[in-house]
Amino acid sequence: MSQVKTAVKEYISENFLMWQSDMELGDDTSLLDLGLLDSTGVIELVSFLEDEFGIQVEDEEITPENLDTLNKICSYVSRKTA
Amino acid sequence: MPTSLNAQVFELDYDREIERICQGMRDYNRRYRRRGAVVAMSGGIDSSVCAALCTKAFGPERVQALLLPEQDSSQASSSLGGMLAEYLGLDYIATDLSPTLEAIGCYRWRDEAIRTLFPDYRPEWKIKIAISGGTKGGFHYFRLIVQSPDGKLHEKRLPHKAYLQIVAATNFKQRIRKTIEYFHADRLNYSVIGTPNRVEYDQGFFVKNGDGSADIKPIAHLYKTQVYALARHMGLPEAICTTTPTTDTYSLPQGQDEFYYALPYDKMDLALWAHNHGVAAERLAEALDIGVEQAELVYADIEAKRSTTRYLHSRPVLVEDVTELPTP
Repeated sequence: MSQVKTAVKEYISENFLMWQSDMELGDDTSLLDLGLLDSTGVIELVSFLEDEFGIQVEDEEITPENLDTLNKICSYVSRKTA
Repeated sequence: MPTSLNAQVFELDYDREIERICQGMRDYNRRYRRRGAVVAMSGGIDSSVCAALCTKAFGPERVQALLLPEQDSSQASSSLGGMLAEYLGLDYIATDLSPTLEAIGCYRWRDEAIRTLFPDYRPEWKIKIAISGGTKGGFHYFRLIVQSPDGKLHEKRLPHKAYLQIVAATNFKQRIRKTIEYFHADRLNYSVIGTPNRVEYDQGFFVKNGDGSADIKPIAHLYKTQVYALARHMGLPEAICTTTPTTDTYSLPQGQDEFYYALPYDKMDLALWAHNHGVAAERLAEALDIGVEQAELVYADIEAKRSTTRYLHSRPVLVEDVTELPTP
């Protein structure tokens, strides 16, 4: 597993899935479908990505296409840091 | 179900509805031995209609109106609230909440969070929060808009911590208001009236233990369009019947749709009605003159807000029922 994916998964598990230790987050599991990404959840995730990976997330990039699953987040971060 | 999707779906027998609501409020007061009602009046349509309904249900001598402005409230709100209280023949007490909010740290906590984005920000600047994103297929997020004394607007996306701190700080306003309302309710042995309309109640547009707290919520089942119609039916002054919904929480003028909803209130009303009645997104799109994709997003947003605001509606949970108590 890539370092980005490990860090994001750990962050989501610790901050969005606390008290749900039995829930395994798959690489393509939709965070929207899990109900994790409400408006405050999204900005929390965006703040984490900006701080952790030193990227600037543009407004138009705050979309399910970029942020809805672990794989999509990793691809997005990879593109931004390339 | 009506064949056309327009404002006609909200038509009601208003005389009957008024009597039904008044009876419900009188039943509550009889059951809990409350002698009247406390209503905080913002000058907006919802609290104005609630005050008029309480006046009809209990008589003006058993309604205590409150005007509870603070430094960020618009002058027009207090003026309209006072005007309506006088129109209804209500005794009203005006209490400026600013010193209390200052003492409890509302403005200090809020301003500290704002300065993490705008270091030059000073308390005399005006601010508001606006929602962005969701209707274009992206996620919702919030923007902080500040206006410096030269009139220039500055805008930035709100990061998580700053957003939560600003909202938590401004929630003091609704919670202190409710504290004052219950003070007067206790003093007079009255019930406290909550003033959400159906869209606000359904979509969780309230502060838990703030404006969400009340003994009776007489219009929580009515769409905002119906509340406006009720105001006209009850003959409330034109200035009340034509007032525009605002949050009156931030110092810059801010519509409710700008802060919270996906659409302006009249369209939001119709969208919620349509969603509640299983109307296809295509029909909603046609009625609102928006794209089908946007109508689908509006429906999704309604469900998302219901889901994410469940906590606001939740009651304290007991690990085990205390069965000896009578049903409240």
